[in-house]
Amino acid sequence: MEATSITSGERSILERSPLARLPDRALRYGLTALAALILALIVYFFFRLAGEARPAFEKEGVLGFTFGNEWNVSAEVFGALPLLVGTLITSFLALLMGVPVAVATAIYVTELCPRGVRAPVTVLIELLAAVPSVVYGLWGIFVLAPRLQPAEQWVADKLSFIPFIGGGTVTIPNYFVAGLVLAIMILPIVSAISREVMATVPADHKEAALGLGATRWEMIRIAVLPYCRGGITGGAMLGLGRAIGETIAVTILIGDSPQLGHHLFGQGYSLAAVIANEFGEAQGLHRSALFAAGLVLFVLTLLVNAIARLLVLRAARARTPKGAAQERAESVPPTIAGTAGL
Amino acid sequence: MSAGRLAPYGLTPARKRRDRTARGAILAGTLVALIPLLAIVYYLLEKGLGSLSWSFFTTDPTGNTFFKAASIGGIQSAIIGTIEIVALASAISIPIGIGVAVWLVEYGRNSWFANTVRFFVDVMTGVPSIIFGLFIYIALIIGTGSSYAGYKGSLALSLLMLPIVIRSVEVILLLVPAALRESALALGAPRWRVIFSIVLPTALPGIVTGVLLAIARAAGETAPLLFTAGATLKTNTNLSQFMNSLPVQIYNDVTSPTTAVVDRAWAAALTLVLMILVLNLIARLAARRSRIA
Repeated sequence: MEATSITSGERSILERSPLARLPDRALRYGLTALAALILALIVYFFFRLAGEARPAFEKEGVLGFTFGNEWNVSAEVFGALPLLVGTLITSFLALLMGVPVAVATAIYVTELCPRGVRAPVTVLIELLAAVPSVVYGLWGIFVLAPRLQPAEQWVADKLSFIPFIGGGTVTIPNYFVAGLVLAIMILPIVSAISREVMATVPADHKEAALGLGATRWEMIRIAVLPYCRGGITGGAMLGLGRAIGETIAVTILIGDSPQLGHHLFGQGYSLAAVIANEFGEAQGLHRSALFAAGLVLFVLTLLVNAIARLLVLRAARARTPKGAAQERAESVPPTIAGTAGL
Repeated sequence: MSAGRLAPYGLTPARKRRDRTARGAILAGTLVALIPLLAIVYYLLEKGLGSLSWSFFTTDPTGNTFFKAASIGGIQSAIIGTIEIVALASAISIPIGIGVAVWLVEYGRNSWFANTVRFFVDVMTGVPSIIFGLFIYIALIIGTGSSYAGYKGSLALSLLMLPIVIRSVEVILLLVPAALRESALALGAPRWRVIFSIVLPTALPGIVTGVLLAIARAAGETAPLLFTAGATLKTNTNLSQFMNSLPVQIYNDVTSPTTAVVDRAWAAALTLVLMILVLNLIARLAARRSRIA
């Protein structure tokens, strides 16, 4: 959109004077600098975090720290395996329970529900994202966990022959409860992304399936789900990223025990929880180890999120051949969730 | 996807049954998804409403956690702290966020640099909130050798809000019709006037929605404040000192063995959720007023 001058020597009368063009240039470079600042900030913080984590990595070794199975503050032995395992178990439990429900809500809202129900259901699910993490923790530990404990004990007794699930005594805070609450917490984002992807399924495909005599469910299975697979996977990965990084609710619900739990209903710890719980009093090597735990967490979420974004992006690109952002934005009406970057 | 799965047998009872079962399962899944919200709201009201009173909002927590309910105090310092910290965080992140979004839409477009920025902003939305707390701790507490302060909490929250603001504003700016920009440019308006007089005003309701949702998100965050703003009992309006906030106070109260303190946590949680719901409500109303989204 630059004004091109018609004459070569003198200024065209249509061209603005250099002074009048100044604000334009200032705005342009100012805003570019702002955008560059964002990149610089991320890189700066990453290296500072790595720097603070160095003493712990130097003592234990990077692999020794990440996969060492002892977290003992008084003996100054720091192996993050119990934390890493806690983070992964709770996050995968969250995916296992949260994604099917989220996809069901998305299918219901886009394909099955009566028109008048659509908006209220969408808003109610999005409001789940408005509940603060600490309130989930409060509700989880005082309402959900005590009521769930008898049921969990029953399952643990019945399935005592399966290692890692049954056998032990069920504590009130445990991996399972933390995973369940995480499942609730990732529901809105997975649901929102799935909904957005499902809205892009061409009506032709659906009508073709129905025209061939498919039932509603067959239409969903044949026309909608395969078309959305990439997008739903991306949404689930974004949910995974959220679950991995979720701190306060997990800190309250996982039991904060640095020993690796022996079964699903035992107490454990997670990477984020150990930081929230121990950082306040930590000094020296302990603090460095917590920074190292933060770095592991950071890298883990970066990887998961990068993969997720690529999947979602590719799913969106497949829709619009040119990948034109403008076109894309018009074809997918943004929901509140979309605009909030949930 | 062979045709054999579909038509040849007509709508057999088995297919009908499968259809009904699947639709039932989908409906059941949706209902299950609605249970947690209702349960949380119900228990917040049941356990929190009883402790709400005028003095609850106008007294500071006392720290006397082992005595009777009357002496544990209210949440005044937490409310004031939350409002101040979040206000400063908004003042930092909203202008920068809108600026970057304008750059992405009006200047960067689909250049490789703009796409890189976009990608990193997306990745930033996924960074755990406690990591932002650690970032600020390293830069401003280890870096300067000073202690916790309210404004450091604000900075941690603004890091968290930035990507949310950028992405939501970008989505809205993309919806401003290109014809509006082109007509203004054709009339001879310089680019900056097009942005300030045409693009931003047109997108305003949508921008308000995105910004309010980012504020609502930040108001509920505990983790970034734990090691940046700290926690304190007394009401403090000075952002360069330790500052209490609602989420941090709830977090500290949850672990208390005293019932009265846990009750205070419920009432504080009810207050916090109400504040956030009001922000969400206004955001949704603003979205409804928008003509382009």
